Amino acid sequence: MVWKNQRIQVFVLLTGLFCGSFGLANAAEPIRLGVAGAHSGDLASYGLPSLNAARLVVKEVNARGGVLGRPIEILAEDDVCKPEIAINTATKLISEKVDIVIGHICSGATKATLGIYNDAKLVVISPSATNPELTQSGRYPNFFRTIAADDAQARQEVDFAIKTLKLKKLAVLHDKGDYGKGLAEFAKGFIEKSGAAEVVLYEGVTPGAVDYSAVVQKIKRSGADGVIFGGYHPEASKVVSQMRKKGMKTVFISDDGVKDDTFIKVAGQYAEGVYASGPKDTSTNPLTKAAILAHQKEYGSEPGAFFLNAYAATLAAVNAIDKAGSTDFAALVKALREQTVETPLGAIRFDESGDAIGVGFSMYVVRGGVYQEVL
Amino acid sequence: MEYFLELFFSGLTRGSIYALIALGYTMVYGIIGLINFAHGEIYMIGAFTALICATVLTIWGLPPLAVLGLSAFAAIIWSAAYGLTVERIAYRPLRHAPRLSPLISAIGMSIFLQNYVLLAQTADFVSFPALIPDFAWLEPYRSIIGSSDLVILLTTAVVMLLLTILIKGTKIGRAMRATAQDREMALLLGIDVNLVISVTFVIGSALAAIGGVLIASHIGQINFAIGFLAGIKAFTAAVLGGIGSVPGAVLGSLLLGWTESFATGYISSDYEDVFAFALLVLILIFRPSGILGRHHNQKV
Repeated sequence: MVWKNQRIQVFVLLTGLFCGSFGLANAAEPIRLGVAGAHSGDLASYGLPSLNAARLVVKEVNARGGVLGRPIEILAEDDVCKPEIAINTATKLISEKVDIVIGHICSGATKATLGIYNDAKLVVISPSATNPELTQSGRYPNFFRTIAADDAQARQEVDFAIKTLKLKKLAVLHDKGDYGKGLAEFAKGFIEKSGAAEVVLYEGVTPGAVDYSAVVQKIKRSGADGVIFGGYHPEASKVVSQMRKKGMKTVFISDDGVKDDTFIKVAGQYAEGVYASGPKDTSTNPLTKAAILAHQKEYGSEPGAFFLNAYAATLAAVNAIDKAGSTDFAALVKALREQTVETPLGAIRFDESGDAIGVGFSMYVVRGGVYQEVL
Repeated sequence: MEYFLELFFSGLTRGSIYALIALGYTMVYGIIGLINFAHGEIYMIGAFTALICATVLTIWGLPPLAVLGLSAFAAIIWSAAYGLTVERIAYRPLRHAPRLSPLISAIGMSIFLQNYVLLAQTADFVSFPALIPDFAWLEPYRSIIGSSDLVILLTTAVVMLLLTILIKGTKIGRAMRATAQDREMALLLGIDVNLVISVTFVIGSALAAIGGVLIASHIGQINFAIGFLAGIKAFTAAVLGGIGSVPGAVLGSLLLGWTESFATGYISSDYEDVFAFALLVLILIFRPSGILGRHHNQKV
């Protein structure tokens, strides 16, 4: 008797499910947007703002009647930024038949899953994975991102030095730290690859040393017409002041660790004419203002890390589906590469490798005691 | 040759800076056998005092050299007061404690002073005005030696000379030497040992303050943590030259400055510290008590 009851229950349940899905299909099959990233654990603060961004965009799009006449549905999956868990996350999203994925958040987790998504012919747009390999290896035609790669800043500086300033001999210095040395190594590689200029000096300086005149003498002797410095402003201001005090007019180019008003305050008159790369200023973009306002209204707080990048990624995904007219893989990829979309990060589209064109860094120069964007 | 000269003077400047701080370490060690780890912080406080003073004086519109002189004077007084207070609070009560206790107390004092300045001032780097003006007659040689380098070298030389006269030729100098040789015997002979120790701290702190003002003006920026690395390097120099020996501290500092400068110039600044400390190890292997350090026989 008990056994029979259970069978009836299962039968009723199944029929119910079938009816349910038929009903939905008749209304309009929703487009399934997978959002993967760290939604719990110690790195949740990197992942949750992206989920919020996706929710805000989807809410707005659905209020307008969806895309291609279909509503968008979000399937959020947590990978806690761990590659081994991210594989399960990806498999689960694929089995739930998502149409496109926003994620993952961490570079390691993203790298682990890209092959799986590629086999399943799924487009993945990450708002925050910055590892250069992800796009440059060319192995993942399904991968796109709305954040500049780790080496983008070095590339920007080198391009600026070689193409805009026409420098031929460059000295590359760093502060031996992860950030500075990483940047300097990328810069050195790009200069050597370009063939248009040579690296005449590559050195690390000791942060906090009482005097940098020996290394400054070395720069002078190397005959460099420009210095590319990877590191933070305290060392940069010491090196640049000592160079100027010794009467050297060598161009000084640095990074967003130096694009800080403290640098100008400390280096004073010697800061004039120093170039530094820094993230593009998007705070005046009306879409940025609207996105931040929407977040404040919905969640009652300021948005967190990568919020704007994720907002842009979701907008790009929606736009691509709209322009492609379907969720077909090849059509989506083509649309992402060819169709420009207005986002809080500016008007963007993606290049062949999957990096966003129009997202990233600008060069700034100190003029009259303030950083001004070099146009 | 010009490059060699440039590196030579760069090393000399560095060495002079180390020497001004190293003297404080070596004098205190010579007298009470304590490594005063808070010494680097006294140097930092000297720089901050000079900054505050210089800012006020510049607003009053005094000429740069007068500002330099007056702020250096203020820094010396203020740092000396700190040195004296640190000795009273952290070291004097522990004079007869096991040797490790004052050492830990010194480290504690160092951390306390750093954080005190961090809270009272700021965590950021602040700009220090260039108090040493560019001398016009030095212009042709600017690439070899700048005006601030020259002022640092001359000041250090004068200070060394005065210190030697003080130690060799005055009553308090004699008392200091006696205390260094045997504290208890000095006490028995009627020397006010506590006064001698206080004077030693005052002199050491004053030298550190001079160093602080000159370096801050040379480099153009200071923050609460500058005393740490400078202190470690100066301590290394003092050990190199033979801790406890005044000429040794100067010699060790210059040697360290030149090693760093030439290592940077001819090899790579990546290995600047490697060479500096390799030199230290090498010298200590052959002369365990430093270049000019005397070997102390254990007293029976």
